[in-house]
Amino acid sequence: MKSTISAFIAGLVFGLGLILSEMVNPQRVRGFLDIVGNWDPTLVFVMGGAVLVTAIGFRLAFLSSKPWFSNAFAVPTNRLIDSRLVLGAVMFGIGWGIAGFCPGPAIVGLATLNTDILIFVLAMIAGMKLVGVVSKQSG
Amino acid sequence: MSIVEFSWSTAFTGGMLIGFAAVVLMVTNGRIAGISGIVSNILSPASASPWQWAFVAGLLASGFLVHFLYAPIPIVIESNTPLLIVAGLLVGFGTRLGSGCTSGHGVCGIARLSPRGLVATAVFISMGILTVFLMSLLGGGA
Repeated sequence: MKSTISAFIAGLVFGLGLILSEMVNPQRVRGFLDIVGNWDPTLVFVMGGAVLVTAIGFRLAFLSSKPWFSNAFAVPTNRLIDSRLVLGAVMFGIGWGIAGFCPGPAIVGLATLNTDILIFVLAMIAGMKLVGVVSKQSG
Repeated sequence: MSIVEFSWSTAFTGGMLIGFAAVVLMVTNGRIAGISGIVSNILSPASASPWQWAFVAGLLASGFLVHFLYAPIPIVIESNTPLLIVAGLLVGFGTRLGSGCTSGHGVCGIARLSPRGLVATAVFISMGILTVFLMSLLGGGA
């Protein structure tokens, strides 16, 4: 129960951060990616604030032997830089550049009942599911 | 290059909130706040964990509460429907294939100095910049 409530609060605050920083506005995001045009540095400051707090916070978090409401930290241990990682990042980057949406802002924006965002999210879900289908076929 | 009007303080503060949320999720549940991974997981409802549903519910709640109870959230979408579909497919496929997005690889990955996070972030930011650049050449405006 506490695990679920705390995860909800985390999601809520995360979303509020995305809204305040205007990362839910694709115009702001694409403005950052438009470095040769009218450059919008907003994302740099958002990332800066996020990484700073997370870096410090994670260090403090890992001083404990376990999380508050679960049995163990489930932090990825894979450090391999493989073709899936790079290809995935390439595809994500292109999609991100096209519409200015990444998953988090899209989910938050979905709640505003914007039909364009609904279209994006449905396509995003289809894309995610496609990975599962392709993975099964290639073994 | 000209720089548009922006507020570095709200941007930085918003970023700090994002970071704080990621730290909360780690401290309480021991999990990385990687949105693409969380969303991918709940697409297989049988194997999804309660914390994942709760996190997504929190994201949705933030948007709903702010937009309908405080003030409409400014969202300017410059893409037509076909582009939204293509972009969505690429973002969905790419984030799941690459095991992360701006929150997982970008925020959490960089904060942990994860080699995968750093590489993935460098790659998707570069590709994003290239894509916007090419679109501006083709379309006459970003």
